[in-house]
Amino acid sequence: MLTFLARRFISSIPVVIAVLALCFLLVRIAPGSPFAAERALDARTKAVLETKYGLSGSLPEQLLRYGSRVLRGDLGDSLKFRGRTVAEIIGQSLPRSLLIGSISFTLALALGIPLGAYAAAQHRGKGDSFFNSLALLTLSTPTFVLAPVSVLVFAFGLKLLPPAGWGTPSQLILPAFCLAIPFIGAAARLTRAGLLDTLNSDFVRAARAKGVSEASLVYRHALRPAILPLVAYAGPLAANILTGSLVIEEVFAIPGIGQFFVNGVINRDVFLVSGVVLVYCFLLLLFNLMADWLTALLDPRIRLSS
Amino acid sequence: MIFRRVFPGLLGLSCLFFFSGCGSQPRADLVLCNGAEPQTLDPALVSGQLEGRICAALHEGLTRRDARGKSIPGAAQSWKISPDGKTYTFTLRPDMKWSNGDPVTAEDFRYSWVRALDPATASPYAEILFFIRGAEDFQAGRAPVAAVEVVAPDAGTLVVHLKNPVPFFLSLTSFTTYLPVHRATVEKHGDRWTRPEHWVGNGPYRLKAWRVNDRVCLEKNPAYHSPERIRLNRIDALAVTRASTAFNLYSSGQADVLLDKGLIPSLILPKLRGRPDFHPAPLFATYFYRFNVTRPPFDNPKIRRAFSLALNKEAVVDKMTRGGEPIALSLTPRGVPGYRPPEGPAQDEDTARALLRDAGFPNGQGFPRVSILYNKSELNEQVAVEVQAQWTRALGVQVELRNQEWATYLRSLDTLDFDIARSSWVGDYDDPLTFLDCFATGRGNNRTGWSDATYDHLLARAQAEANPASRFRLLEQAEEILVSRAMPILPIYHFVGCLMFDPGKLDGLLPNLLDEHPFAEIGPKGK
Amino acid sequence: MRLSRPAWLILGLLGVLVLAAIFGPVMSPYGVGEVSGNRLAPPDGQHWFGTDLHGRDLLTRLMYGARISLLVGLVGASISLLIGVAYGLVAGYLGGWADILMMRVVDVLYALPRIVLVIVLISLFDLKLKTLLDETFLAPFATHARLLLLFVGLGLVEWLTLARIVRAQVLTIKERPFVLSSRLIGQTTPVILFRQILPQILPIVTTYLTLALPAVILEESFLSFLGLGVQAPLASWGTLLADGASMLNPVATPWWLIVFPAVVLVGCLLLLNLLGDQLRRLDGHAER
Repeated sequence: MLTFLARRFISSIPVVIAVLALCFLLVRIAPGSPFAAERALDARTKAVLETKYGLSGSLPEQLLRYGSRVLRGDLGDSLKFRGRTVAEIIGQSLPRSLLIGSISFTLALALGIPLGAYAAAQHRGKGDSFFNSLALLTLSTPTFVLAPVSVLVFAFGLKLLPPAGWGTPSQLILPAFCLAIPFIGAAARLTRAGLLDTLNSDFVRAARAKGVSEASLVYRHALRPAILPLVAYAGPLAANILTGSLVIEEVFAIPGIGQFFVNGVINRDVFLVSGVVLVYCFLLLLFNLMADWLTALLDPRIRLSS
Repeated sequence: MIFRRVFPGLLGLSCLFFFSGCGSQPRADLVLCNGAEPQTLDPALVSGQLEGRICAALHEGLTRRDARGKSIPGAAQSWKISPDGKTYTFTLRPDMKWSNGDPVTAEDFRYSWVRALDPATASPYAEILFFIRGAEDFQAGRAPVAAVEVVAPDAGTLVVHLKNPVPFFLSLTSFTTYLPVHRATVEKHGDRWTRPEHWVGNGPYRLKAWRVNDRVCLEKNPAYHSPERIRLNRIDALAVTRASTAFNLYSSGQADVLLDKGLIPSLILPKLRGRPDFHPAPLFATYFYRFNVTRPPFDNPKIRRAFSLALNKEAVVDKMTRGGEPIALSLTPRGVPGYRPPEGPAQDEDTARALLRDAGFPNGQGFPRVSILYNKSELNEQVAVEVQAQWTRALGVQVELRNQEWATYLRSLDTLDFDIARSSWVGDYDDPLTFLDCFATGRGNNRTGWSDATYDHLLARAQAEANPASRFRLLEQAEEILVSRAMPILPIYHFVGCLMFDPGKLDGLLPNLLDEHPFAEIGPKGK
Repeated sequence: MRLSRPAWLILGLLGVLVLAAIFGPVMSPYGVGEVSGNRLAPPDGQHWFGTDLHGRDLLTRLMYGARISLLVGLVGASISLLIGVAYGLVAGYLGGWADILMMRVVDVLYALPRIVLVIVLISLFDLKLKTLLDETFLAPFATHARLLLLFVGLGLVEWLTLARIVRAQVLTIKERPFVLSSRLIGQTTPVILFRQILPQILPIVTTYLTLALPAVILEESFLSFLGLGVQAPLASWGTLLADGASMLNPVATPWWLIVFPAVVLVGCLLLLNLLGDQLRRLDGHAER
C-alpha cells in the first residue's frame, strides 16, 4: 500500500510541474497586459511593474524565475489585487469553497446513488423512465438558469432562505443545492448503469440460480462492483466541486476560489491563476488517488501495483 | 462506505473555518454594496471609484468632501493662496493623530505625495500630482526628489508650489492620490501595509477586516480629530459584482445601500423611478465612442461627422440605459459652475447622408465594412446593437459588432486596432480639464490617434491663465474643436448615478455630480 | 435492427428542430438582428415567442440560434470524438512507455482550466484567421472566424475524458482471446485496431457522444457570456438563455425571454440524451 502511494506521488510530480509551466506560459502569451486598465498606463510605469513582479525579460526567463520561487514555497503576489499574496487570497477563499463543495458532494452522492439504485430496480418500468428523465433534466439545466430561478422561488417567492451572502448556515443551503444538482443526475445515471450491468453478469446469475434473495443480491453482491464507474467519476468530480463555480459564487455572492479560474485569466493575473491551478491540480491528483484506492478495495481483481 | 467516514470529517473541518471567521459577528450598523472587490486600499495605487470611497473613510486629506461633494477643510484647518494662484500655504489641525497615536505632520503629506510620484511606487494615477511644480520631472526620472516643490517648513505648515494656477486645487487635495499615508508603517511593511493588522490611517474609520471578495469591515476610529462627527460605529462594504445579486441583497434587507447604478439591474430602472428609495442624479462622466483617425474610413473628418449626425442619441438613452441619462452633445457634462460646454451638432440624417455622398459613398455604396469594438458587458452590447441598427438604417453602411474580453479590448484600444470603440470617462475633479486633457497630443488616454496643434495650444494657454473666466473660455474653444469640428469622438450620453437607500431610515447620502458619498456623513435619520 | 416507437418519436422531434434551424430563418418575416420599436412585447399573434429588449423577434432568434448551437454541438463533439478515440486507441494498444507518456499528457491538459486554452486560442488567432479568410474565396465567412475557432477550441478541450475511457476499454479488450489470435495469424496493428477493437468500444463511444453534445453546447454559452463566443447580433441558444437569465429579478421579469430558450435548449439536450439511451438499448451490448 505504502509503496503504491509513494510511487503514485512521485509519478505525479512531473504532471504538476508541466501543468504549472503550461498555465504560466499560456496566460503570458495571451494578448493584453495584466497592468492595463481603462485609464492608460505609461510605458515607464508598466516597465517598473514588470520588473517588480519578475515579468520582464524573455518568457523562459520569467518561467524559471517563477518556478524557482514556487520551489521556495512562494506563490507570488496577485497582479490585480496589488499588495496581496496569492497564498493569502487562496488561504481565505479555499476553505469557503471546500465547505460548500463538501456539502454539495455529499448531497450529489447521497441523493444520486439511491435514485440510481431505485431506477435500476424499476428497470424498464415507469419509475425507471421517470427517474431517468429527471436525471437527464438535472444534467441539461445550466447553472446560470438554475441559480437565479431558485433564488426567485426560495428567497422571494417562498421567503424561506436568504437570497445571497455569506456568514450564516442558512446562506449555504441554496448555493450548495444548485452546485450539487447537475451531479445528482450524473451520479444517478452512473449508479443505474453500473447496477444494470452487474445484475446481468454471470456471477449474479449464478447466485440468483442458487436461490439468493433479490434484496441480498442487490445490496450484498451487486452494489460493490456496480459502484465502480461512479468511484472513477467521483475523483475528478470532487476536485471540481470543491473548487467552486464562477456562476454560483457570483449569483450567491460567495467569496470562494472558483471565480479566480476565470477572472484571473481575464485579468491576466498570471500568478493568481497559476496558484489556483496548482491547488486544483493537487486536489485532482489527491482524489484520483483516493478513487484508485477505493476501486482496489471494492474490486478484488485489481491489484494496486498495476 | 468510505464516503460516510471521509466526508463528515471534511465537513467538520470546513465548518471550523466557517465559524471562526467574522461570520459569527452581529450585523454592522450599515451594510453597503460597494461594487467589485477593491483592488487595493493603498491611496497611492488606487485607480477606481469604489476603492476611493473606502480610502476616503480611512484617510483624511488636506480637504475632505461633505455629503454634497463640496471640498471643505479636512486635515488642514485653513489655507492661504498667493495672488498669482500658484502657491498654497496650508495650516494643519494641531490635534490630528494617526490611528496609532502618532501626530499627523506636514511632512507626512510631503512624503505621501512624493511616494505616489516615485517611479518605484508605480502609481497608475501619479499624473494627477503633475500640477505641482517639479512633480512631472521627478516622476519621469529627469529631476531629483528635491525638485518637487512641496515644502514643510514646520510640522503644522505645508507649502505647495504649482506649475500653473489651478482653480480646482482644493478639490484635488481631497482626491485619493493626495491622501496621506503613515510613513513608518509603509516603510516597515512595504506592499503589505494595507493589511488590517498593519494598517494605520488618519480618517474617521479604521480598517478592521478585509476579506477577499466578501467585505471590508470598517469601525469608528477613536483617534480621529472630531470623533463626535462619526455617526456609525461599524460599516461593512460588501464586494458584489452582479447587479441582480446586489439588488437581491438590498431587496431582502441584507444591504442598506446600493452605491452604484451598475448594482441595479437596468431592466427594472424604469419601474424604480418614483420609488422613494431610488435616488438618481447626473454624474460627471460621459459614455462615448472613439473613432480611429489613423486609418480609413474614419481618417476622413466628413465620414466621422456623417456617423455622428446619423445617431439618434435619445433613442439610445430611452431604450438602453433607462436611468434618465441626459444625451451628450459635448464631452464635458454640465454642472461645472461658469463653464458652458459647447454643443456639437444635433441629429440630422439628411446632412449625414449628404456628407457620406460627398466622401464618395452615396447611400453607403462601396463603404468598407467597419466594426464597433466593445468589451463584453450587457450594457455595452445593448448600446452597440442599437447604434449599429441606426447607422445601418440611416446611412446604408455595414457595421459589425466586435466584442472582446477585457484585456484584449484594452490592448486593441492601445494599439489602435479598431474602427470605432466604446469608451467612457469619469471626471477626477470638477473641472473640464479632466476630460479635455485626455485628447491632447500623445496622451495615453487619447486612444484615437488624433492630434491637433490648435487644440494643444488652447489647452496650454488655458492652463497658464490665472483668470478663471478667461480660462473657461479657452477650454470651451478647445472643446468646440473636439466635439463640433474634428470629432475624433462621438459623445453619446452622460452617466446618471443611482443610489438606493430608504430615506426614512438613513440620511447624509446626497446625490452629487462627483458621486462622492463620505461614509462618515451617513447615519440613521434624524440622529 | 429496428427502432422502437419512442426512438422514432425522439428522432421525429429532433428532425423538426433541425428543419426549423434550416428553413425557419428563411421563412420568418423578421431578421435575426432586426430591431423594432415593439420592445419587450409578450407573446402574441405577431411575435409568437415575444420580443426582446431591442424589439427583436425571439422565435426568429431561436431558430438562428439553433443553427449555431447544433453546429457547435455537432462539430465540437465530433472533433473531440475523433481525437479522443484515436488517442485512446493508440495509447491503449501501444501500452508501455508510450501509454504512460500519452496519459500523462492527458493528465496535464485535464488539470488546466479550459478557459485558459480557449482564451489564448481565440484571442491569438481571431484576427489572423479573419484576415486570412478575407483574402480567399471564403471572404463571406470572415465575419464568422471567431465562431470557427470556437468550434475547434471546444472540440480540442472536450476529448480528454473520452481518451481515458477508450484507453481503459482497449486495455481489457486487447488481452481477449480473439485479439490475441488475430495477432498470432499476423494481422497488422491498424487492422487489429480498426477491425477488432474499434467495434468493441463503439457502444461506450455513442453514450459518451450524447454526454459530450450537451456539455459542448453549454460550454459555448458560457464562453459567449465572457465575450469569447458568438458575436452579436447573432445568438446561440445558450446566449439567449443567459441573456434571459440575467433579467431575472424580484420586481418584474419578462418570463418569455427565459422560458422559451430554456424549453428549447433543455428540451433538445433531453432529446439527445434520450436518443443516446435508445441507441444503447438497441445495441443490446451495454445492457446485456
